[in-house]
Amino acid sequence: MGLKRGALTVVLGTLALAAVPPLSAAFGQPFYLDLFTRILIFAIAALSLDLILGYGGMVSFGHAAYLGIGAYSVGILSHYGITDGPLHFAVAVAASTLAALAIGAVSLRTSGVYFIMITLAFSQMIYFLGVSLNVYGGDDGMNIPAHSEFGSVLDLDNASVLYYVVLAILLLFFFAGRRLVASRFGMVIRGVKSNGRRMHAIGFPTFRYRLAAFVISGAMCGVAGALLANLTLFVSPSIMHWTRSGEVMMMVILGGMGSLFGPVLGSVAYLVLEQLLSGFTSHWQAILGPILVLVVLFAKRGIFGIFAGAEEAGRG
Amino acid sequence: MQPLLVLEQGLNGVQFGVMLFLMAAGLTLVFGIMNLINLAHGSLYMIGAYVCAYVFQASGSFLLGIGSALAAAILVGIVIEVVVFRALYTREHLDQVLATFGLILFFDEMVRIIWGPTALYASIPGFLSGQVEILPNAPFPSYRLAIIVVGLLLALLLYLLVAKTRLGMLIRAGAANRVIVGALGVNVTLLYTFVFALGAALAAFSGLMAGPIFTVESGMGENVLILAFVVIVIGGIGSIRGAFVASLLVGIVDTMGRAFLRPLLATLMAPAAADNAGPALASMLIYILMATVLFFRPQGLFPPRVR
Repeated sequence: MGLKRGALTVVLGTLALAAVPPLSAAFGQPFYLDLFTRILIFAIAALSLDLILGYGGMVSFGHAAYLGIGAYSVGILSHYGITDGPLHFAVAVAASTLAALAIGAVSLRTSGVYFIMITLAFSQMIYFLGVSLNVYGGDDGMNIPAHSEFGSVLDLDNASVLYYVVLAILLLFFFAGRRLVASRFGMVIRGVKSNGRRMHAIGFPTFRYRLAAFVISGAMCGVAGALLANLTLFVSPSIMHWTRSGEVMMMVILGGMGSLFGPVLGSVAYLVLEQLLSGFTSHWQAILGPILVLVVLFAKRGIFGIFAGAEEAGRG
Repeated sequence: MQPLLVLEQGLNGVQFGVMLFLMAAGLTLVFGIMNLINLAHGSLYMIGAYVCAYVFQASGSFLLGIGSALAAAILVGIVIEVVVFRALYTREHLDQVLATFGLILFFDEMVRIIWGPTALYASIPGFLSGQVEILPNAPFPSYRLAIIVVGLLLALLLYLLVAKTRLGMLIRAGAANRVIVGALGVNVTLLYTFVFALGAALAAFSGLMAGPIFTVESGMGENVLILAFVVIVIGGIGSIRGAFVASLLVGIVDTMGRAFLRPLLATLMAPAAADNAGPALASMLIYILMATVLFFRPQGLFPPRVR
């Protein structure tokens, strides 16, 4: 029962998202297309975090770093006149993979609060690296001259095309993530979450499994960063400010963690809420903050929990 | 390098270090005793800086500024402890991080609503605006020297409070095993509120001293908060002694790095390259320090014995 409702939510959600470009064109409101592209990009980031947070119990408070690394990969290559799309994305994935490998190798030696603070500190380190890189605009960031080029088949200059590319990648990551979580690898990761010592005693090299999951998540988030650079055609260190990591984590919780679909709902809810509140008052953060506190205190299962029932949301 | 310059920058490092310590002490106390990770600690620092700068400007009395800053931070601290944190003590760290993240958004915006979006000017009180000669021909700003003295004094007071008094005994006992302490008839709820207010006061003190040195603006607490995290991770979470050692270490390494890394690199590589690499490396230095410490000691320099 719960599973069916969950699957139905996914199908309906996808259909609704696919209808955004024609709707926004029909109403002559390109702004909404832009907003929803942004929402889906953050959904990818939140989904990547959910993979290690919801299933692996790894509270990474520095996911914005990979977002920034992905975006800067596109930005820096374009800065030197290299606009080749596949290369952009390959470099974004490679760079965020390497960063996640290094950060994970140190961070995963610790656990609990140490892990939270260390991932936060590392992302802050990369943030300050971005600030001090004067060649690439430093604190002010830099404009990106052109979109990643994929030939005439995929013209990312077209906002609708970019939107569908983002949606396709989101769906790809969603189903790949589902497979991953249900696989033997995913079982080990979930096993480590509930009892790491026991998994280790059974004979699993838990550190390597966790590191692999951490790196996969970082690489996915790097792709989101490269997409974000293509949307805004601008990169600055503010992409990887630590509050961004907090926002991505908030999206996961708001939507319901450990479900992979929850983070997508969460990112829709968070960014739409942000949009509504900022239209209402420029001091919207004073309203959003207490809402977040209330959600954490009273609605921990998130939106997906409400939609899909207890069994589905409580899994994993 | 001139030795006098090194001495001056070293003292700047110590001054930065003691300010970090006042922040880190509150964080590590709250974590050690209540097992709570509090991101909103930086907001108390910010409130301290704002209220002191504002009251000092309006009344002309620095002491009144200090008094009202401490009172405001303690009051806000007690309110959020009672309203929000009591519900969070038994929750997992993830919930605590997110709820206190929400509090940060709230306080940063409230400060903007009350004092406007631009930075507030904080002046140095007249009697501390001069310079003192610490060595012949080596002047040092008296305000920074005052921070060092006051900070070390507060650190000593904190040590005496925790190590020598009955209250400190309860705090240590609470850190070791809160259930037993409660069963022995101690009002743990009240103890928690007191510890939290103590942490709030220390953060506010750090903030009000920082006002004239850094900018008093919305979000100012967050940079120092993350540095304080680095400090307590290096020192060992829950250990005040560790926080003290690590604060000075981080303060000195950071300040020295910013001052001397660029000229040092310039002797090794082309000046243009050093101009780029110097600041980049300097801003990453303490994180590299943290990673190195953790690589060898994942629990920090002074890991807590009981947890």
